[in-house]
Amino acid sequence: MATPLTGYLLVAALLFAIGLAGALTRRNAILVLIGIELMLNAANLNLIAFWRYGPHPEALTGMMFAIFSIAVAAAEAAVGLGLVISIYRHAKTTDLEQMNRMKG
Amino acid sequence: MRASAGKERLAVGVVFYLISAVAVGGALSAVLLKNLVHCALALTLAFLGLAFLFLRLDAQFAGFAQILVYVGAVAILVVFAILLTRGSELPKDGVFSKTWLVGLAIAAGVFAVLAWVVLQAGPWLPNEAAAPQVTVNQIGNALMGRYVLPLEIVAVLLTAALLGAVIVAMHEKEGTK
Repeated sequence: MATPLTGYLLVAALLFAIGLAGALTRRNAILVLIGIELMLNAANLNLIAFWRYGPHPEALTGMMFAIFSIAVAAAEAAVGLGLVISIYRHAKTTDLEQMNRMKG
Repeated sequence: MRASAGKERLAVGVVFYLISAVAVGGALSAVLLKNLVHCALALTLAFLGLAFLFLRLDAQFAGFAQILVYVGAVAILVVFAILLTRGSELPKDGVFSKTWLVGLAIAAGVFAVLAWVVLQAGPWLPNEAAAPQVTVNQIGNALMGRYVLPLEIVAVLLTAALLGAVIVAMHEKEGTK
């Protein structure tokens, strides 16, 4: 491990890849949302790590970016799960492979 | 003196590896487990590990915001959604989609590219920096000063998302009556 920043960036890349794999391979819509949340969190970890080891941490730019990103991700989670519940009421399933009524 | 500094650095490294293992292990089990309730619990573990990583990066405010928002709110929201959609019942024909191999290949490719870039950029990345002394007072001043417009926009966004989520998830039949 060369620098601590490299370690944090690698962990963030790994979490992003795990979230992407979950979003792309799972059949359940809620699991896809969980994967998206993991990807957003990995991006937040990158922001905080660059803020900590960057040249001007006292300017708080990366920290503010991460805090606003957490707020936006929370809004995304609420709307996404609301959509999943609405679709479940409509189609009686959360299995994405059975939601093929709009297929051309 | 030098030996104690080396030992301290080793201990710091071990703590980093432990927290990272918790976060990555939680994320992996959240993606791989069959039962959705177990997935939600593993996701909470991953969020907790990330919050500790934030705390280790001297970002106390972001770490505690992460615990409040993710471990507190988002995890509960996910559990509610799972229980409301009867997601705890195991599906008969597997939990992974038919094209899982393609998804896995894409994710592995993305990780390979990201890791390659990070390792290539390693020597140019900034090294050990002194821990920034950031108080909540400074964060509040920044939020009310330089970042007041984004703060207001986020407030509007959260209100819109709240109303939107309620309207989207509201029972349709009540509207048509």
